[in-house]
Amino acid sequence: MYFAAEVLASSSTLKQKWEDEVRKSVAKVADQKPEKLWSTVSDLQIKRLYGPDDIKDMDFEQDISYPGQFPYLRGNQSTGYRGKYWTFRMFSGMGDAKTTNERWHMLLKEGQTGLSTAFDFPTLMGYDSDCPKARGECGKCGVAIDTLEDFMQLVEGIPMDKVTTSMTINPPATALWAMYCAAAEIRGIPLTKIGGTIQNDMLKEFIAQKTLMCPPDPSVKLISDTVEFGTKYVPRWNTISISGYHIREAGATAVQELAFTLRDGMEYVEDVIRRKGLEVDEFAPRLSFFFNSHIDFFEEIAKLRAARRIWAKAMRDRYKAKDQRSWWMRFHTQTAGCSLTAQQPYNNVVRTATEALAAVLGGTQSLHTNSLDEVLCLPSDHAVQIALRTQQIIAEETGAANTIDPLAGSYFVEALTNEMEEKAWEYIHKIDEMGGMVAAIEKGFPQLEISDAAYLYQRQVDASEKIMIGVNKYVTDEKTPIPLIEIDDAVETAQVARLQAVKRKRDGKAVKKALDDIKSACKKGENVMPFCIEAVKSLASVQEICDVYREVYGEYRDPGLY
Amino acid sequence: MSAKKIRVMVAKPGLDGHDRGARVLARCFRDAGFEVIYTGCHQTPEQIASAAIQEDVDVVGLSCLSGAHRYLFPAVAKLLKEQGADDITVVGGGIIPEQDFQLLYDAGLKAIFVPGAKLDYIVDWFKTNVHPRA
Repeated sequence: MYFAAEVLASSSTLKQKWEDEVRKSVAKVADQKPEKLWSTVSDLQIKRLYGPDDIKDMDFEQDISYPGQFPYLRGNQSTGYRGKYWTFRMFSGMGDAKTTNERWHMLLKEGQTGLSTAFDFPTLMGYDSDCPKARGECGKCGVAIDTLEDFMQLVEGIPMDKVTTSMTINPPATALWAMYCAAAEIRGIPLTKIGGTIQNDMLKEFIAQKTLMCPPDPSVKLISDTVEFGTKYVPRWNTISISGYHIREAGATAVQELAFTLRDGMEYVEDVIRRKGLEVDEFAPRLSFFFNSHIDFFEEIAKLRAARRIWAKAMRDRYKAKDQRSWWMRFHTQTAGCSLTAQQPYNNVVRTATEALAAVLGGTQSLHTNSLDEVLCLPSDHAVQIALRTQQIIAEETGAANTIDPLAGSYFVEALTNEMEEKAWEYIHKIDEMGGMVAAIEKGFPQLEISDAAYLYQRQVDASEKIMIGVNKYVTDEKTPIPLIEIDDAVETAQVARLQAVKRKRDGKAVKKALDDIKSACKKGENVMPFCIEAVKSLASVQEICDVYREVYGEYRDPGLY
Repeated sequence: MSAKKIRVMVAKPGLDGHDRGARVLARCFRDAGFEVIYTGCHQTPEQIASAAIQEDVDVVGLSCLSGAHRYLFPAVAKLLKEQGADDITVVGGGIIPEQDFQLLYDAGLKAIFVPGAKLDYIVDWFKTNVHPRA
């Protein structure tokens, strides 16, 4: 029991008194809105007050403990942010490799401590810039990368042995990671020295983000290949970033984000053990996670704290991991794009700051803060700078980093953390009963749960039951002039010309052999990574490698569930 | 009142996977009593135009949040016109900067819905401006 019996007895008496007071007051002046509207953005009901009886069943040692100790509710590191702040990692990419490289240098100069790559849609989907399907998309939402030549330009002047780089890349992750490895080799940096992350999480693509290429089973196989290769040869690399961000952006509730993401993580653990025969402690320490930080402040803090505790329990008890680093949930956080509004866009600075503070109080290891103009276009230099400064202000001015997990022991935050964990386990067990996440996805279960939540939320916003300032309250007609960054269509023409020049000058026979080797590895079920590195060195393109996967494994189409 | 229901195709052209708006609208149209076909993500303009004709829809709602609307939306409208189906109403939505509206209207789109548009407003617009084809 968390409290002594006399504390609970006295609490019970005082609570009775407080409840009587509330009843009297409400009888005189009614609450501003009905009971059910005092809820989180995810529609989780919140009580007027939390007290000792809400957390009386907690066990201090099992449920709370200390940072760096099981269940890691209070953080993985015993030193908190005093040794090192979270990594300031701004997601960025636009136009061609040269333009993005310039933005990266600007960000490093401004105090960013890690890089994060946004690729354009053709690259994300495994198509080259000259593919008919890529028309109109080149360089629009991120940087266009076709071959190693583009990639070398992307990392020009970047100290690859010092700065870690995250790459948001999923179906073509093997190809892009191979480029990073090849670029390091060309620069004379051994693979053991490079560090970074590839997102490489296909389950959430089927569930939410829809960057699709091959069916679920071979998609997971390619991921297990990277986990195995990283475990053996690139020990500082996080070969997967198991992502709730996109699940949330697609309309999930906080609990759904938590549950589906962690269940995805469990699916990958099971696959690597089954398919690769690795021991859980060999690879689990390099699994990383990625969460959303939405606008509901305490719900987000509770979610992140619950995530660490669920993962620690799952790794220790479900997968029998013995290394404490396997129990750690290490994660990046991004503030919620879907919480931003095109109306009165400067308000977005405040939203992002609030969300960033929640991520920090939830103990994130890495953070991207959205720019105020991202709801309209790619962020401008100025908007990115404000977003980065937001993190720096939280780190160095507000005192939020002074002490570890400052909200621990709060009746409300602990109760909410417990509630989210319980609800997440319910989902996790339900998915277990369906036969795992791949089976659940094939049934459309997580997709439709998210659709339900997204639709409900939109209806609530339309009915002003959930407030979005500037959208359904305090609406103004004023137009705020925001300088829009636009990617010129000429980027596409130039990129296509560049790709064609590479294709003309490379050794066609070497490319063909390298691609044949990948095909043969796919057919034999061997690890594709060594062959991908050879292929990118021969200047095979992203699409050429992905076409091999499509040919061997087949293509997966969005079933269009809604 | 006409007994014929509005037949709407919600379509996601291009490589963009941001489908939250499209899925929410598909549900909303279904709840409003429309007949709904949702294509799922990653359709080419050719696939959308030919599906719209085959499915005999009254209206196509295109959704794009990647910035490729300037190419993709006019492409669908043009293909419908070329195949003699310009009586199918085409509308669009997503992250569309206001400065691109005219280009899209000129290409034949009848309305653009951007973030903040209420579901009921969109449904009303459809009820007023889309008429079941003969």
